[in-house]
Parts: sequence; C-alpha cells; structure tokens
Amino acid sequence: MSKIPERPLNGDVEDDDEDEANDGLEAWERTYAEDRSWEDLQEDESGLLRPIDDTAIYHAQYRRRLRALASTAATARIQKGLIRYLYVVVDLSKAASERDFRPSRMAVIGRQVETFIREFFDQNPLSHVGLVTIKDGIAHCLTELGGSPESHIKALMGKLDCSGDASLQNALELVLGYLNQIPSYGHREVLILYSALSTCDPGDLMETIQKCKKSKIRCSVIGLAAEMFICKHLCQETGGTYYVALDETHFKELILEHAPPPPAISEYATANLIKMGFPQRAAEGSVAICTCHEEAKTGGGYTCPRCKVRVCELPTECRICGLTLISSPHLARSYHHLFPIVPFDEVSPSSQNDPHNSLLNTCFGCQQSLHTQGSKPGLSVTCPKCKQQFCLDCDIYIHESLHNCPGCESFRHSKSEIASQ
Amino acid sequence: MPSAPSKLYADDVSLLVVTLDTNPFFWSTFSVSFSDFLSQVLAFLNSILLLSQLNQLVVIATGCNSCGYVYDSASSKNHAPPTASMPALYSNLLHNLEQFVARDQKLSKPDHDTQGIVPASLLSGALSMALCYIQRAFRSGSMHPQPRILCLQGSADGPEQYVAIMNAIFSAQRSTVPIDSCYIGSNNSAFLQQASYITGGIYYKPPQLDGLFQYLSTVFATDLHSRAFLRLPKSLGVDFRASCFCHKQTIDMGYVCSVCLSIFCERHDKCSTCGSVFGQAKQDVTSANSKKRKA
Ligand SMILES: [Zn+2]
Ligand SMILES: [Zn+2]
Ligand SMILES: [Zn+2]
Ligand SMILES: [Zn+2]
Ligand SMILES: [Zn+2]
Ligand SMILES: [Zn+2]
Repeated sequence: MSKIPERPLNGDVEDDDEDEANDGLEAWERTYAEDRSWEDLQEDESGLLRPIDDTAIYHAQYRRRLRALASTAATARIQKGLIRYLYVVVDLSKAASERDFRPSRMAVIGRQVETFIREFFDQNPLSHVGLVTIKDGIAHCLTELGGSPESHIKALMGKLDCSGDASLQNALELVLGYLNQIPSYGHREVLILYSALSTCDPGDLMETIQKCKKSKIRCSVIGLAAEMFICKHLCQETGGTYYVALDETHFKELILEHAPPPPAISEYATANLIKMGFPQRAAEGSVAICTCHEEAKTGGGYTCPRCKVRVCELPTECRICGLTLISSPHLARSYHHLFPIVPFDEVSPSSQNDPHNSLLNTCFGCQQSLHTQGSKPGLSVTCPKCKQQFCLDCDIYIHESLHNCPGCESFRHSKSEIASQ
Repeated sequence: MPSAPSKLYADDVSLLVVTLDTNPFFWSTFSVSFSDFLSQVLAFLNSILLLSQLNQLVVIATGCNSCGYVYDSASSKNHAPPTASMPALYSNLLHNLEQFVARDQKLSKPDHDTQGIVPASLLSGALSMALCYIQRAFRSGSMHPQPRILCLQGSADGPEQYVAIMNAIFSAQRSTVPIDSCYIGSNNSAFLQQASYITGGIYYKPPQLDGLFQYLSTVFATDLHSRAFLRLPKSLGVDFRASCFCHKQTIDMGYVCSVCLSIFCERHDKCSTCGSVFGQAKQDVTSANSKKRKA
C-alpha cells in the first residue's frame, strides 16, 4: 500500500533502473522528505552511489514472513480471535512531548493510531475499539467501545496535548472495569502506547496485573523510550507482546502487527454460536420509518428479517427484537484468515529456460512477460496446487490483498480437488 | 471503509477489463443466442476503443471449466491479420475466443454433466485475473489509465465461489476499482449486486436484450469522471443474504461461530470449519450485557 506513488514525478528521471518504490523522488530529493537518507544508498561496482534496489529486498522479506506465517498455521489449527474488544491506551504524559521522534512522540502516535484504527476495522469488521488517554496521573476514557473508525480518530485528534505523569495502574483499572462487561465470546485486549519511563500509581500495580490476568485481558505494550521491567512483566503475565520502537517506521510496523486477529486461545474466550440476521438492503427510492432515528427516511435502509422493522446502518442490534443484524460482507471480510492460500514455490531462472516451459512465459495473473525484466533474469513463482506461474508482483498482491489464487480459481478441476482435500 | 490514497489519473482515460460469460450450458438454454449477444458486445467494445485513442481494453473469457485472456489492446501478440471487412479487434478477439471455447469444452469431464443443473461460470477466477492485470497497470507509473471491471454475466451464481468472490470484491474495494455488472440471466445475481454495491460500480439488468448495445453504451461506456454528471440506474436493492456453510443455502437468519464467523443454518455442537466446541447458548446473557453497556 505504501508503494503507491503519492506525488507526481518532479523532474526527469535520468536513472535507468526504474525504481517505483522511491515515490518518484531521487535519493537526494528525499533528503528533505525524510531523515537519514544516506542509509538508502549503496555503492555499485564502479564505486558510484546508487539508491538501494529495495524491490528485491522487499520481496525477500515478504517471502520470509510468509514462510513463518505458513509454518505457524500448519502447527496450530486455524482459530483466530475474530471478535475483539480492544482498548488503545495512549500515554499523553509530558514524556510524550519529547522530540526524539519527529516532530514529537505525540504527533507520531496520533498519526500511527489513525492508520492502525483504519487497518484494524478493515481486518476485524466485527470488533470494537475504545480509546483511553493517560495524563496528569489520571486515566481518561476518550471514546467508548465502538465500531466506527471516524469517531475514534476525530476524538483523538482533538485531544493531542500532554502534561503530567503517566499511571499504568489507573489506566488498567479503568479498562478492566469496561472489559469485564463484554460477552464471553469476545477477546479482550489492551494495547498501551507508552512514552514515559516511570509510572505514578495510587496502589499496588502488581495486584492490578493479576486482576487483568484473571479477567483474561491480553495486554500488549509498545514503548517509545526504553525497556521497562514493569511493562515486560505485564505483557508476560497476560500473554501480550512488548516491544520498544526504534523510529517511526519501526513503530508503525509494531502497531500494525496488532491489526490482524490474534490466534484464538480457547481459555481466553469461549466459543459460541451467535444468532444473527442478514437483512436485505431496500431499493434506493423507498420510504420507511426507521427505528434508530424514529423518523421517515428515503433511500436504502435494511429490514430486520425477524420483525421487519427498518434500520439505517449495519452492524447493529434490532431495537425491537434484539437480533444482531449484520450484512454478510461484514463476515466475509474475515474469511481469508480461515482459508489462507499456500505460499508459492520459487522457480529458479535456469529451469525457466527449458523448452518445456517456454510456452508459459507470461505471468498467469497479469500477463507480464516472465523472461526478461530489464537486465536481471526474471524470477517467478508457481502455485503448488494449480502449477501456474506468477510474477513476483502478483505473488505479493495475491498473498497480501487478493487472497485468491487466480490459477486455482479458474480451473474447475483444481477447484474440486481442493474441495475434496 | 479505508480511504485509499489518492492516485493521479489521466482524467478520462480508461482501462476496461471485461469478463465475458461463455458458459455453454447457460447459452444453450437461453432465449438469445451467444452470437447475437456477441455481435452487440463487440460493437460496444469497439466503441470503447474509439472513444479515446488512449483507452485500453482487456477481455477475459469466463468459461465453466477455465478462464482465459482473449483480448488485450496493449498486447503486441494479436495474431490474426486485420482484414478489410473486419476491424482488428473483431478478428483477434473472435480468433482467441474460438480457441478458448474449444479448449474449455475439452476440459469438461464426462462425469461432470449433471443433468438439469447448469454449472456456474468461474467468475471468481475471471475477477482474480482482472484484478492482477489492473495491479500491473497501477505499477506502470503514476500516469496510468483509470481501471474498471465490467462483468457480462448470464449464468447463475456458484455458491461454492462465495469466499473467493468476496475476497476479490474486497481487494477491488481496497484499490478503488469499481466493478460494473450487466446481468442478463433470469434472476438477479446476488454476487454481482454485492460486488457493484461495495466497489461503487453500477449493477444493471437490461429489461430486454434486443437493444443491448444501447444499454451497454449509455450505462457502461461512461468513464468514471463523467459518471458524476449523469443520472445512471439506481440500485434496486441489494441481496445481502448469506449462504450457510453446511448446505450452501441462502438464509436470512442463522447462527455464526464466534471464533471463525462461519455461518450455519441450524444449531451445531461443534464448528465444522474451525473445530471449536460451542459452550452453553448464552444468548440471553449476551443481550443483557449489551443492554447494560448502553445504559
Ligand atoms: Zn435511522
Ligand atoms: Zn427485529
Ligand atoms: Zn503477474
Ligand atoms: Zn493456484
Ligand atoms: Zn445449512
Ligand atoms: Zn468456527
């Protein structure tokens, strides 16, 4: 996603290696866009400085991550905690005004929490997020658990100023009170973004940590300063993760790791069948009185399948009969977690030049030629199930965004074989 | 919904990827013959290319055993030589389509011929290929044509493709690619209705097929920029019902596994998808709790 150019090309690109990943900027131009641009340079054979060709590195990194994911998926059953109740605790003590992150820790947190919340709801459409801030030693609930990303982001952006000390205990006690009320099938989680190096607590923090453990709340911390024993202890006790961010990119990586659903641990939430209704959307011109605003509305609304009243938005709970109403696409957004596609096998460039393979010299997905990509030999991958060849770009797109193998999907035989497996 | 980063487009240059339903089981039972349908579609496709010199057109055939690219206006491999009587588009497309249909026919297993039931076309495969092609256009630089997908579909939805089609729809939504659908079958297609609704495309079922070219050219030929100024067909409702995992039946009320969100039409003790064993039915506790939260 971050690879999509955000600015038009300014000036001619004289460089012959077309590196789209650099946002269309030359290395020297990027000096002004970000710090430490010298780290993105490397020397070539003749001693000239060139920007690092990071597509190859990017792809290698991605393949490593994919393999790691596949190996964990093979050992554990595919159970994910898809219904999550997450509180994001933002530390706004005066440590958050430090300028070791540019322009300040607070601004970086604000920016990344926004990205995180959007990504979170994209991946966990049935989940809920709430925001808590710590300031002047007091924890304050900024937004209640809810499903609308915009309202959370707006609330946080309005409250970005910091003062006083941080208190882990107050924050945990507050969150504990809220999370104890949620249904038993929900996964309770807290993500703390901690800038301070100390905590000013009214009582025994250890006791609170034990309470969190008992309530099965998974606490994770991302530190912005340095490692603290108490944070590590909290995460170890409650089954969360603890990392300290080195810079903004690292921080972004760390926070986005919390977006995909965590593996479901059966002792954390009991499995349950939930009765749900799938209302149909009415035609654009129809008029009906909705139960949520209690007024006549024109335009598409949804009709509860049990009691036939009109509601304006999904997901919701029917005000009349109490049925959970949801649209099936909301559920379908998470299905790719359940039916992941296997990693593709790499094809060595030598075997590609076989006369046997010469017919398959285009990517099955995008029709791009696999033979030559500039001067480099074209690397490619094949799907172990349908044996179709794909280029590296399609490989990434298929596994990161599409979650379908175009080859497997376009042959009935391979489809029925998969179904029988 | 996540807002995709704004992209720099040439205002009205389009990349149109068309998926063309060639399912022989559908066409042999349908009131209009495939060749009549095709002749109207070809005229429409040609008019897309004539609208702007920069417009790009890709056609993917959606068979019932396979899918394949049959035309790419950017490709240099359009074999058939243009004749005086036919534009290059027609001869190339027809040549490839003929080969595709023959290949698709060969792939069908004899035991697959289930009497009476029309097998669904592989729409999930065609959509996946179309999206891969469009990603390639995105990669080609910041001045790429504005892509959209048009599904010309006749055969009914294949419930076994549900997950794959939804995955494709969400991926299209994330990269802001609208999926238009022109559905000519007898009932509405719930898959295509959802695809067009979620991605912001147009779903349209022509009331009669004699004037198909007119419908195609007035509704689907418009580029995304011009759509803001036109009164295009409004959605006549979207079928958001789900199909259950146990019988592939369409249901409007059902049970959802809290671990994996699989949908079932009746109560089970154990989830067949993820293997979770369900505890006591705590339906009342749940609603009581949520009421407390609201209070
Ligand atoms: Zn309302
Ligand atoms: Zn109701
Ligand atoms: Zn490709
Ligand atoms: Zn495959
Ligand atoms: Zn069923
Ligand atoms: Zn399940």
